[in-house]
Amino acid sequence: MQTRTVEFAVGLFVLAGLLALAMLALKVGNMPMFGSGQYYSVTASFGNVGSLKEKAPVMLAGVRIGQVGHIGLNQQTFEAVVRLDISKKYDNLPVDTSASILTQGLLGEQFVSLDPGGSQRYLKNGDKIRVTQSAIMLDKIISQLLYSKAGH
Amino acid sequence: MSVRGLSFYRDRRMIFQGLDLAIERGKVTAIMGGSGVGKTTLLNLIGGRLAPAAGGVAVDGQRVAALSRQELFALRRRMGMLFQSSALLTDLSVFENVAFPLREHTRLPEPLIRDLVLMKLELVGLRGARDLYPAELSGGMARRVGLARAISLDPMMVMYDEPFAGLDPISMGVITKLIRELNDALGMTSIVVTHDVAEACHIADYIYLLGEGRVVAEGTSAAMQASAAPEVRQFMGGLPDGPVAFHYPAGDYLADLLGS
Amino acid sequence: MDQGRGIVGHVRRLGRQTLDGVARLGRAMLFLLRLTPGLPVLFTRFSLVIQQIYVSGVLTLIIVLVSGAFVGMILALQGYNTLVRYDAQSSLGLLVALSLVRELGPVLTALLFAGRAGSAMTAEIGLMKATEQLAGMEMMAVDPLKRVVMPRFLAGWVSVPLLAAIFSAVGILAAYVVAVSDLGLDGGVFWSQMQSGVSVTNDIMGGVVKSVVFGLVISWIAVFEGYDARPTSEGVSLATTRTVVSSSLAVLGLDFIMTAFMLRGL
Ligand SMILES: Nc1ncnc2c1ncn2[C@@H]1O[C@H](COP(=O)(O)OP(=O)(O)OP(=O)(O)O)[C@@H](O)[C@H]1O
Ligand SMILES: [Mg+2]
Repeated sequence: MQTRTVEFAVGLFVLAGLLALAMLALKVGNMPMFGSGQYYSVTASFGNVGSLKEKAPVMLAGVRIGQVGHIGLNQQTFEAVVRLDISKKYDNLPVDTSASILTQGLLGEQFVSLDPGGSQRYLKNGDKIRVTQSAIMLDKIISQLLYSKAGH
Repeated sequence: MSVRGLSFYRDRRMIFQGLDLAIERGKVTAIMGGSGVGKTTLLNLIGGRLAPAAGGVAVDGQRVAALSRQELFALRRRMGMLFQSSALLTDLSVFENVAFPLREHTRLPEPLIRDLVLMKLELVGLRGARDLYPAELSGGMARRVGLARAISLDPMMVMYDEPFAGLDPISMGVITKLIRELNDALGMTSIVVTHDVAEACHIADYIYLLGEGRVVAEGTSAAMQASAAPEVRQFMGGLPDGPVAFHYPAGDYLADLLGS
Repeated sequence: MDQGRGIVGHVRRLGRQTLDGVARLGRAMLFLLRLTPGLPVLFTRFSLVIQQIYVSGVLTLIIVLVSGAFVGMILALQGYNTLVRYDAQSSLGLLVALSLVRELGPVLTALLFAGRAGSAMTAEIGLMKATEQLAGMEMMAVDPLKRVVMPRFLAGWVSVPLLAAIFSAVGILAAYVVAVSDLGLDGGVFWSQMQSGVSVTNDIMGGVVKSVVFGLVISWIAVFEGYDARPTSEGVSLATTRTVVSSSLAVLGLDFIMTAFMLRGL
């Protein structure tokens, strides 16, 4: 085999490998391409976050506008405090926007859904969302259903 | 080059015991001896591929066994060796095989390497076979390529392990002459291991006959041919009976056949 | 060697094999140490490494491409079948990507590589030893460890991570094609679900780390077995078999250990 052909083939091979890696990093994974500068953060407290995870999507009308940045516990109120990192593109969310934790499908992933209010003032970095609805706990609903049936 | 009190064992079997011999610079020395007596082993000891149990080999004043890996490699660069099995690199062509030592050890420009390689191949009569691969060579041709490779760096000392095996009489004559000429023209030291009594007497300045782990007889080729010692007579004359045993050490033949 | 019959014989043989195994491991370790001074070959004789990347990487590419595509398509079909029961088929892209990137890409590539390239490496080096080519090189003052072994070792080590990345990428693309054209899923959802769930630092880097380790171990085993082979036809064939068996077992065992570490957060 000619040396040049071999070198060329190896060059192509290495390029293909690097390209595959780049595809995995950029198209398959969520490379933190936009640093924190591209986000603003608001917090929301929930009685129960269910199985919500960090990096879960934040959706508005079904469109992804950000992700869950951090989930913590407020030790005075014993509520879960969720930090939502929302893309700077969407900087006109009314302050009376409400947040709820919903599930995709029956057993799918949980995400935060925002419902915009009607206020003329907009949420900005560090604000708190007041109206929230906790995750629906399927097992609780089922057991309540069973108990209420049994009560009859 | 000299060998002093050399002892060497394979497993527990003695191959050499107190072997002494000296090889003079610029001379052709033949080493003869029965099959399995340890001639190839001796060459490997000289090249530092095996370490002696006692005694030692000194090449150009350096004790081979005491050299560091780097020093050993530096020494080997000045030694050429033709392997009994030729040991050509099977995935390189004849040309590349001969060019191999040049490419590994020098930074010569390509045209110069080409010229050097073709010169060596011409010497062994295989310039036309340069593009063949070792698998496409006959045994004798492979032997000649191995010879061309052994001398491609113009070493100060060349060891030939059975250079004549598998050669037709014509190539044999040419190769004999070549070894002699290389030796005289370039002042190389040559060690020729061979069974071929006639050729050995023809080219060698000095002959060692090995047997039973030591030197049985030595002398110039004329002296050897005239020697009256029974071992020498037997070997030179190719006689089956005599002090040198043809058989590898074994138990009683009849007992072996009849079962223990 | 005869160790006798019966239980005592068995125990003796077992003991002997265990001791042999430990000794072999020790030799392999020492071999790796003896190999390290040859590392500069990467800079001084880069063309040798290129040549070997061609042999072990480029020539393994076809089997990796085909296997990757099939595994991706199978994952799409099987995953869809399971997810659709829970109305979670939107997560198909995520499932396929995680399976490939974290596990199947590195592991299957490593197993294919061991069978296709590792065995060839062992056989080649073993045969060179059996035909005295390595001895010949040594007498020509050329170190076979640097000239023959090191380029193969490095080339194998580099090839595996690249092949694994290609395997995963092709698998995901193939799964995408099946999901969209065959299962009627929405292409955008396929990708967006994947992106929201696959983390570059954990999942993708984890997969890369695994394949780098696999590449090192397989290449190491392959060159060691070749160099350590008995210089006979049987010795070489035995060494080749051993390369495939030991490196496959090593890959699976190491995969378990690394997965356990990664899932628990290093
Ligand atoms: N690798 C080895 N392991 C064990 N014993 C060996 C090995 N190589 C050679 N021997 C033994 O060493 C002895 C000397 O072998 P060597 O090859 O030096 O013989 P030789 O004189 O070159 O014979 P020939 O003329 O047939 O080539 C032989 O008896 C052989 O059985
Ligand atoms: Mg011999």
